Amino acid sequence: MKLKNTEDLNALKAQSLKLIETRRVADTVTSKNTQGLKHVMVCGGPGCHSSGSPGIAERLEEELNQRGLSEQIKVFQPGCFGFCEKGPMIEIHPDNVTYCEVSADDVATIVEEHFIQGKQVEHLLYMDPNTKERFASNIPFYDGQLRIALRNVGHIAPENIFEYIAADGYQALSQVLFNMTPLDVIDVLKDSGLRGRGGAGFPTGVKWEFTRKSQADQRYIICNADEGDPGAFMDRSVLEGDPHSVLEAMIIAGSTIGASEGFIYVRAEYPAAIHRLKIAIAQAREYGLLGKSILGSDFSFDIELKYGAGAFVCGEETALIHSIEGARGEPTVKPPFPAQKGLWGKPTCVNNVETLANIPAIILKGADWFASIGTEKSKGTKVFALAGKVNNVGLVEVPMGTTLRQIIFNIGGGIKQHKTFKAAQTGGPSGGCIPTKYLDSPIDYESLAAIGSMMGSGGLIVLDEDDCMVNIAKYFLEFTMDESCGRCTACRVGTKRLYEILTKITEGKGTLEDLENMEKLCHIIKDTALCGLGQSAPNPILSTLKYFRDEYVAHIVDKTCPAGVCQSLLKYEITDKCVGCTLCVKKCPMSCISGSTKKRHVIDQERCLKCGACMEQCRVIGAIIRH
Amino acid sequence: MCDSASPNKFAQKLDDYIDSLTYKKENLIGILHYAQEIYGYLPDNVQWHIAQKLDIPSATVYGVVSFYSFFTMVPRGEHVVNICTGTACFVRGAEKLKDELENQLKIKAGETTPDNLFTLETLRCVGACGLAPVMIVDGKVHGRMHEAQAINEVLAKYRPES
Repeated sequence: MKLKNTEDLNALKAQSLKLIETRRVADTVTSKNTQGLKHVMVCGGPGCHSSGSPGIAERLEEELNQRGLSEQIKVFQPGCFGFCEKGPMIEIHPDNVTYCEVSADDVATIVEEHFIQGKQVEHLLYMDPNTKERFASNIPFYDGQLRIALRNVGHIAPENIFEYIAADGYQALSQVLFNMTPLDVIDVLKDSGLRGRGGAGFPTGVKWEFTRKSQADQRYIICNADEGDPGAFMDRSVLEGDPHSVLEAMIIAGSTIGASEGFIYVRAEYPAAIHRLKIAIAQAREYGLLGKSILGSDFSFDIELKYGAGAFVCGEETALIHSIEGARGEPTVKPPFPAQKGLWGKPTCVNNVETLANIPAIILKGADWFASIGTEKSKGTKVFALAGKVNNVGLVEVPMGTTLRQIIFNIGGGIKQHKTFKAAQTGGPSGGCIPTKYLDSPIDYESLAAIGSMMGSGGLIVLDEDDCMVNIAKYFLEFTMDESCGRCTACRVGTKRLYEILTKITEGKGTLEDLENMEKLCHIIKDTALCGLGQSAPNPILSTLKYFRDEYVAHIVDKTCPAGVCQSLLKYEITDKCVGCTLCVKKCPMSCISGSTKKRHVIDQERCLKCGACMEQCRVIGAIIRH
Repeated sequence: MCDSASPNKFAQKLDDYIDSLTYKKENLIGILHYAQEIYGYLPDNVQWHIAQKLDIPSATVYGVVSFYSFFTMVPRGEHVVNICTGTACFVRGAEKLKDELENQLKIKAGETTPDNLFTLETLRCVGACGLAPVMIVDGKVHGRMHEAQAINEVLAKYRPES
């Protein structure tokens, strides 16, 4: 059934509302008492999915069926709830109860106790690790969060277009097609202050304006869903949890800049996202939201999926465009910018997934609303994939200007195993490490750049006292060296030299001169590399050198690794506390521990691999020490 | 490099797919994805066949195949074991996991066991950071792989019963 006008869309929305009124989705839909009807939402985000949420949903359906409850209680698998640490999670509406770390074996208990006896399953409720208080809802993890890009993720069934339409879906498109001129849309975006969420932070409205102004017979819209940062899964969560919001924004972009075709460039490593996008595109076509004369207007637009093939550099827009053209994904010099000469030589607007997901909300609620959130120069919210040594790993969306301390210690619940915070790594391989002294600086594009990191796409990795900063820098350089496309010498050769110097340092063979040379080389690469990948590749080194120089010096001068990570610099020794139990002797892969029963053992330092197996095995505290 | 994969076996299927496309050269990456899906890998003769069919130099095809890490020119084992080397897994012990897997399978990352049962590879982030460190066997994610014992148990599930 094709929707021929706004009335059709509104009629479908009115009809679809009953699908989601049991839950609380979007601001306009409030939870109603729906005569005993309940919805069980089983988180289908990447983390919960990996730990078996599809099996839980299946068991729930079976169990409810057996008990004759499947009419009143429906099971859904929406996108990511965000609280990955406690997954798999389920939410029950309208009861507003969340259960954590659910397994398929808990299903029978949940059905019996929650649905039949009508009481909460106490041991599956979230427990605050400090106060031991249990929470059925309003879990502290969500305090201070504000969901705009993720507004529907986790709340609607992503494979059902009716649920999206019920949650105000495609209303912004109808607004744009019938009540706004393209210039109005650009003004709204400019006034809203929305900036590119892919990392660089270019104002989206300005980008659209540039593309629109370029003279051409054809223009293109590209959605950059090549999320390559290691440790980042924001875009994936949006695509899997709310694919229609991205489609809607692309159609709006198409009508604004005058493009009739759009492409979504998505990683081949995200099969679930691809699957959901395919379904969403087919549904949008079926309902006349994609294709010829959209909603009965004279505007036609269609979207095609293009798959990446595992190349980090393809997140760079010119490289991405070459990849869509079927070539090697190598970047080219800008200018000309894609907005002037992009895909097949035509003006092209490349926007990131999260940027696009914000747009329908901005159109509906207005530029002023969006601009009221955030800081002076960075408006709205930012989604972060919070991971590493933090208690609550998860997907968080916070207003710009929120401090790192709030994210890591309030939302993230502090550092794992009560260890000490050392640094937060933002911006992935292009970003830097932020030390303790900047924990209270607000997160926005400018302040992160000022302290030597960058917003990046939103990976936020927490490091603790056990992480060696030299080793972290080496890890990122290994990544950029591996992913460098090889087109420009600065990046191809430069990242390799940097990696070699870092390896030398972690092996205890570095000199202070190496440190100076490395710093010099970093600046040369920054100034001369062709694209963003190369220009930002030295950032992890420069920021760790700036804030953790003493660790580099310790590796070079004292030949020690303060965090006890770099194996070549470690030394294991058996002290006089040794009781001669011979456990370590049996475990040593090199058989380099000698000593008879009940006598102190000795490690042959020449042959020791420094694997640490002996220390792990030893039951006497302080008998084997590492230094 | 020509070996057991017969290009003719699936050639018809591949040709039909290419014929169904409106734009062909522009879809080279899509075609390679499809070919790798049916052949399991992209040996010389398959690349050459695609080049002929699209009327482009085989060097262009090779250039694209060798550029993207998703494409492989050597056959993989029956089960593909991937170690996530994303940052979250890295700081929670992915290196140790890699060492342990290399030790248990007696191959290095990027290699296949002599019995063709396992191929060990690394990849960047599967988004299961809450379960770090993770290993992925044939697409299924196994989380919190800290212990040698746990790793061994996962691998055992994929070994034929003897």
